[in-house]
Amino acid sequence: MSSSASVAPSAEVISRYEPVIGLEVHVQLSTATKIFCGCPTSFGAPPNTNVCPVCLGHPGALPVLNRAAVELAILGALSLNCQVRAHSRFARKNYFYPDLPKGYQISQYDEPLAEHGFVDIVVDGAARRIGVTRVHMEDDAGKSVHDGFKDSDRYSYVDLNRSGTPLIEIVSEPDMRSSEEAYAYLTEMKQVLQFMEVSTCDMEKGHLRCDANVSVRLKGAEKFGTKAEVKNLNSFRFLKQALDFEIVRQIALIESGGRVVQETRLYNPDLDETFTMRSKEDAHDYRYFPEPDLVPLRIGDEWLAEVRAAMPELPSRKRARFVELGLREYDAEVLTQTRAASEYFEVAAGVSGDAKTTANWVMGDLMGTLKGEGKEIGDSPVRPEHLGELVKLIAAGELSGKLAKEIFPKMFATGDAPTVIIEREGLKQISDSGALEKIIADVIAGNPKQVEQYKGGKTTVINFLVGQAMKATRGQANVTVVTELFKQKLG
Amino acid sequence: MDIPSLTIDSIRKGLLARQFSATELAGEALRFAEGENPKTGAYLHFSPERALAAAARVDERIARGEDPGRLAGVPVAVKDVIVTKGLRTTCGSKLLANYIPPYDATAIVRLEQAGGVIVGKTNCDEFAMGSSNENSAFGPVRNPVAPDRVPGGSSGGSAAAVAQGTAVVSLGSDTGGSVRQPASFCGVVGVTPTYGRVSRYGLTAFASSLDHIGPFSRSVKDSATVLGVIAGRDAADSTSATAPVPDYASLLDGNVKGLKLGLPVEYLKDLTGESGELIARGVEKLKTLGCEVREISLPATDYAIACYYIIATAEASSNLARYDGVRYTVRSGHSDTLADMYRNTRGENFGAECKRRIMLGTYVLSAGYYDAYYLKAQKVRALIARDFARAFEQVDAIVAPVSPFPAFQLGEKVDDPVAMYLSDIFTITGSLAGIPCMSLPCGKTAEGLPVGMQVLTRHFDETTMFRVADAFEKAGAV
Repeated sequence: MSSSASVAPSAEVISRYEPVIGLEVHVQLSTATKIFCGCPTSFGAPPNTNVCPVCLGHPGALPVLNRAAVELAILGALSLNCQVRAHSRFARKNYFYPDLPKGYQISQYDEPLAEHGFVDIVVDGAARRIGVTRVHMEDDAGKSVHDGFKDSDRYSYVDLNRSGTPLIEIVSEPDMRSSEEAYAYLTEMKQVLQFMEVSTCDMEKGHLRCDANVSVRLKGAEKFGTKAEVKNLNSFRFLKQALDFEIVRQIALIESGGRVVQETRLYNPDLDETFTMRSKEDAHDYRYFPEPDLVPLRIGDEWLAEVRAAMPELPSRKRARFVELGLREYDAEVLTQTRAASEYFEVAAGVSGDAKTTANWVMGDLMGTLKGEGKEIGDSPVRPEHLGELVKLIAAGELSGKLAKEIFPKMFATGDAPTVIIEREGLKQISDSGALEKIIADVIAGNPKQVEQYKGGKTTVINFLVGQAMKATRGQANVTVVTELFKQKLG
Repeated sequence: MDIPSLTIDSIRKGLLARQFSATELAGEALRFAEGENPKTGAYLHFSPERALAAAARVDERIARGEDPGRLAGVPVAVKDVIVTKGLRTTCGSKLLANYIPPYDATAIVRLEQAGGVIVGKTNCDEFAMGSSNENSAFGPVRNPVAPDRVPGGSSGGSAAAVAQGTAVVSLGSDTGGSVRQPASFCGVVGVTPTYGRVSRYGLTAFASSLDHIGPFSRSVKDSATVLGVIAGRDAADSTSATAPVPDYASLLDGNVKGLKLGLPVEYLKDLTGESGELIARGVEKLKTLGCEVREISLPATDYAIACYYIIATAEASSNLARYDGVRYTVRSGHSDTLADMYRNTRGENFGAECKRRIMLGTYVLSAGYYDAYYLKAQKVRALIARDFARAFEQVDAIVAPVSPFPAFQLGEKVDDPVAMYLSDIFTITGSLAGIPCMSLPCGKTAEGLPVGMQVLTRHFDETTMFRVADAFEKAGAV
């Protein structure tokens, strides 16, 4: 029986404690090539094909820093409100592992790329600011594959395609006080980094990886408790589950008179528990020292200004602006989930001149149809300008909502502008009273009973008559004009 | 053809006058080298196919009337720590006994583009760690001048090949004296350029912040020519310098009148016996050539050995981690766990000196020791560099011994590593400062053992260094 199996503490006991959580997040930068060589970073290539002497760690091979990786890392750091250091330095982190071809990782240690940032989150209506201690750059290791190959029971296989992929590690302050806050922090960070196109943050592909430092203390205590590092948090759900498990485990341990030991624990999602991976005594001594193969990284004001100038508007800023345009908070949130959605909306709303209606169309018909087709908004066959035009036509009274709903699928199917479809299919709204006179007369003549009822005071019958006129025009008649005409004729 | 008397110039003249073709020369040089090699063991393996292909390219260029390149047809030996595509590169280690590199070092590419003909790879101390070439996994090298003595190290094979005449020039690598000391022991010219002058891309790393590639030759001019070919910025080495590379060989006018030379008092007090006398006579000769000689002080010298063996071993402990049995190295065949595979592969295949340095380096980088050792050593290194910078405010070049003693007997010092380390004192300071330094023959002891003299100059001022050495050489025997 493990120590974690001691009696589960009651909710009342748990509520006396306060968890303290910090996250270390690794994010793969979206560069085309690796951080220290020219090999592609593409995912899914046959094992050991995206490799060269540098990322294989051959004798004599030397790293050369990829400028694009630095710029993405700067962008990421700025997006997390960090200060980018004018002078930073790479360092070697030494350890042995088969998927680490050089025997060391090139990382940053005492002089990281950026420091002193923050991420704002809202949990249960309460706003909190989570500090970002530092953002540093490093190269990724390869992958050890233990299953699915010939003689896997006796051999491990190593795929070095991932070796040398650029990463940033984002270290938070121990500022989070619940698994919900950790979840919100990671969610916000993921969204910002995706939005800024720093990373795809695809957790399934390992583009976003998270470790957590967790401790508990009695509420009101000043000193932090002893922390455990929990690894293998490969989804948002696992992060939350692992933290919840670990918090309760530590409380139970303390309540039963035990002590939390400093160690690295691994989360097992199948059992939903964490277990010891290595104790403090087994902890690596990484023997960091400055990487002599690279010159210090100097980021002058000019370079920083260049990156800043090319920096897209942050999603939080955009969100606020969308609300000012008249959108509901929720809609602004949805439309800033991705850069593509926000940009689509902005172009469409610019054309339509009606932000609110445009938002409804983007979030409703467009996103719904895209989802049905399994497409991303970036691949939308309906161009944002065209959707904007459609909304504009409605606002100008040239198109009924009903007609617009008919036209939209055709836009989606053909990629044509709404005006082109209206022209081609003769769907333009009929507002000309002259053209409608005859239809009105026909409807009156054909429905004497209803006409009688209307004249008798049952004015709601007019809706039936309008409906008939609409039917006769295949929906093209302008409802307002038709209603007005009926009133005149029968009045 | 008298292979040992060839120079870069004489080969060029012979080729252009159609006295011989590059292919004929390569064939003869290979035959000669293979025949002579048993006497010294300078070469670990030869590269006839590659040499003949390179020679054929030179012949084609000449046939087309093109310039055949500054090193046209020149037989070159290359220290086996510099990688050569498709050509075994062992680093003098059992671990890489079967290693065939997938790429060429930048210096190799430049050498062959200039028409150089690589005849073989030379023996050296394992991973360039040693001062006698006795740490090679493939046996020692004998000094061509005195076969019962060491050729120096770690580039012992490259020095011996040039001294023996089996190559006209060769490439070595120098981290703390590994070109200059064997040049001195074998009586040839050996050059360590400014750190960053020659790309390290493809030079198997020992101590990255100290490693240099440098040439050996029998004349100052030939080393100057080779350096001119291999030097210059390389995008593949972030630490390579952008400074323009002069055409050194064309600047050797033999005139050093009025040049100010410094003699470090700290070096001379430790130098006794015949080596000291020879250096003193060398200095006198420089005076007769019109140089002004004055004493200078390099006060941090006392700390240089300790500083060097901390920085160099720290970096080595990291650089040698990749030889782990996973990829291209040999792998110990009887291991049940991953840790065993590492332990056995490295334990069985690294030589004693490599193990000693890996352990020293691992220790000085360990948590709790880093500040006391590595960080302190970096500060001392800065002091040593400052010493030189101050000296060069007064003088244009520094003249110094290379080694406290001439070539010693094979086996004489193998059991005393500290004595071996201490003998690096005169070369280590220049390495730590990253300045250009070279060894040139300064005479012979009564026993006939060569003694080299060192010339050191400011960063990137190889020109002055070569000019002093060339004038000295032209002035004849001491």
